[in-house]
Amino acid sequence: MSSSTELKLPPNNYLHDGYGWKSWLLTRDHKRIALLYLAAITFFFIIGGAFAVGIRLDLATPAGDMVTDDTYNKLFTMHGVMMVFFFLIPAVPATLGNFLLPLMIGAKDLAFPKINLASWYIYMIGSLFTLYAIIAGGLDTGWTFYTPFSTAASTSAVLPAGLGIFINGFSSILTGLNFIVTIHRMRAPGMTWFRLPLFIWAHYATSIIMILGTPVVAVTLVMVVAERAFHFGIFDPAVGGDPVLFQHLFWFYSHPAVYIMVLPSMGIISELIAAFCRKQIFGYTFVAFSSLGIAVLGFLVWGHHMFVAGESVYAALVFSLISFFVAIPSAVKVFNWTATMYKGSVEWATPMLYAIGFIGLFTIGGLTGLFLASIGIDVHVTDTYFVVAHFHYVMVGGTIMAYLGGLHYWWPKISGRMYPERLAKIAAVIVFVGFNLTFFPQFILGYLGMPRRYHAYPPEFQLLNVLSSAGASILAIGYLLPMFYFAWSLRYGPIAGSNPWGAVGLEWNTTSPPPTLNFEETPVVTWDAYEYPTPVEGHVA
Amino acid sequence: MSATHIVPKKIYFAVFAALMVFTAITVAVSFVDLGPLNTVVALGIAITKATLVVLYFMHVKYSPRLTKLVVLSSLFWLVILLVMTMGDYVTRDWRTYGMNQPHSAPYGIERTIAETVNL
Repeated sequence: MSSSTELKLPPNNYLHDGYGWKSWLLTRDHKRIALLYLAAITFFFIIGGAFAVGIRLDLATPAGDMVTDDTYNKLFTMHGVMMVFFFLIPAVPATLGNFLLPLMIGAKDLAFPKINLASWYIYMIGSLFTLYAIIAGGLDTGWTFYTPFSTAASTSAVLPAGLGIFINGFSSILTGLNFIVTIHRMRAPGMTWFRLPLFIWAHYATSIIMILGTPVVAVTLVMVVAERAFHFGIFDPAVGGDPVLFQHLFWFYSHPAVYIMVLPSMGIISELIAAFCRKQIFGYTFVAFSSLGIAVLGFLVWGHHMFVAGESVYAALVFSLISFFVAIPSAVKVFNWTATMYKGSVEWATPMLYAIGFIGLFTIGGLTGLFLASIGIDVHVTDTYFVVAHFHYVMVGGTIMAYLGGLHYWWPKISGRMYPERLAKIAAVIVFVGFNLTFFPQFILGYLGMPRRYHAYPPEFQLLNVLSSAGASILAIGYLLPMFYFAWSLRYGPIAGSNPWGAVGLEWNTTSPPPTLNFEETPVVTWDAYEYPTPVEGHVA
Repeated sequence: MSATHIVPKKIYFAVFAALMVFTAITVAVSFVDLGPLNTVVALGIAITKATLVVLYFMHVKYSPRLTKLVVLSSLFWLVILLVMTMGDYVTRDWRTYGMNQPHSAPYGIERTIAETVNL
């Protein structure tokens, strides 16, 4: 705190380059657009979280006597739609990715700044349609829009919700396109491919998935809308369609979408581990290529969502086998992170707590994914809480842990100020404890046979459900705390200085917050990523 | 590499004429019943037309190799989608456990089960 009186924020930073709503809503600065995204996704996170509160409250009693079964269907559907399409998918790429990508490669901005702003507007327009669907009676198909229910039976607002996600898809495609072109064309002199931070490699792989996958789900949702509105026979067997075709097309995107959520998070973890162990990432090249490996293999496994949906057993065998292969690049990352920590000078700052949490929770999420990829077990636990627990371990325990870790790590760069470290550490522990208490009981519930998407259950499942609901309330506190202390630190936080962590990486070689064009002069890179000095014998961080 | 390649108008008109001819062929062929070849011919003509559009109207023929790689890899991804989806549809009836077609069940034991169930 004492140093804050001496230090001052740099006067020419991007936050002070223009004031008023116009300077934000018409900006072309990737850093400001990242903050626009940050505000938007935080809003949708709160809405999606509110639906989760409804779900957990209703499940506190076996009779499901808080809401009707119809309302319950809408609660879990809109929780899924909001969280998946409007929070998790843009969470890391559109905020931290947008902010850091040009900074990390030494560029002045993304390749197409106006397209970047357009992608935010497209995202907001898509979200308006989906918000309208919530107001217009809600959606009850599940976030997966399975046919023929969604096209022939559901009486809820399928059209606006589907259109909203269709529109939102273009925002994703444009962001991916922008990232790929920027990484190819705008690296600073000397920033070769194998000097790129792993965060950039992860975003490159993610962008490939965004560009190749998103059009398929967009077209699929158009077909749902066409069948629902104009009765084309595509998916509904009553008019000559095939419902499993929908699942093929939907999961061709939506399984890789899981990697859109988790790959950028893995990129964050690589940065955090290197910075707080003061070491070059062990097996840099392997970690870089494992991102591309996950992106490619991720496209070949979608059939594992349909083992019990009437898919051919031969196709199921192939999909099951390839699903197991995804474990290889994932494990390469996890083992290389732990190997990096070995003999590193580990500093237990808040971002590192989140990184450690990520590694543990993602490992559980990933390994239970192998259970589900085994056809025999999958038949037993399909559509049970085991699946729910599995994907929350990957998406919440993985993506959100890394997102929060990254937000803490780069907050001094974004705002120029430090967050309260002690409070942040407490919040990180609360998130970890609350998360496990919420979702671990769900593994047991699922294994015992409790189906997902039911609002009532046999009384013997109540203890585990109450544990889960209690955990959710702890988790909520863990998520609310950072919102408050980040807001507090914007005004009262101690001035961070350009490199509070003593980290390497181009983003720390400019002021915090950076000027609008990022660097006073274009940096020339003559060093490898994570080139930390060899730890001195007996050095304590 | 980034210099704009000017395509002579003649080529554009030739490609346009080819597209029109293919359209006429599509319409003409739809009046002839070719049996199982109906879909093959229709898709074949469509693919040829799409290739012409991509190569000439979208300038991929005159683009750097990286652009060609991008186009080819996206096409490859479409092939993944189609092949693996068809992998399900084509093999779905291979193993019916004798339930649907008791006389074509591939394995003796299943046939016995099927007969037991049916009779």
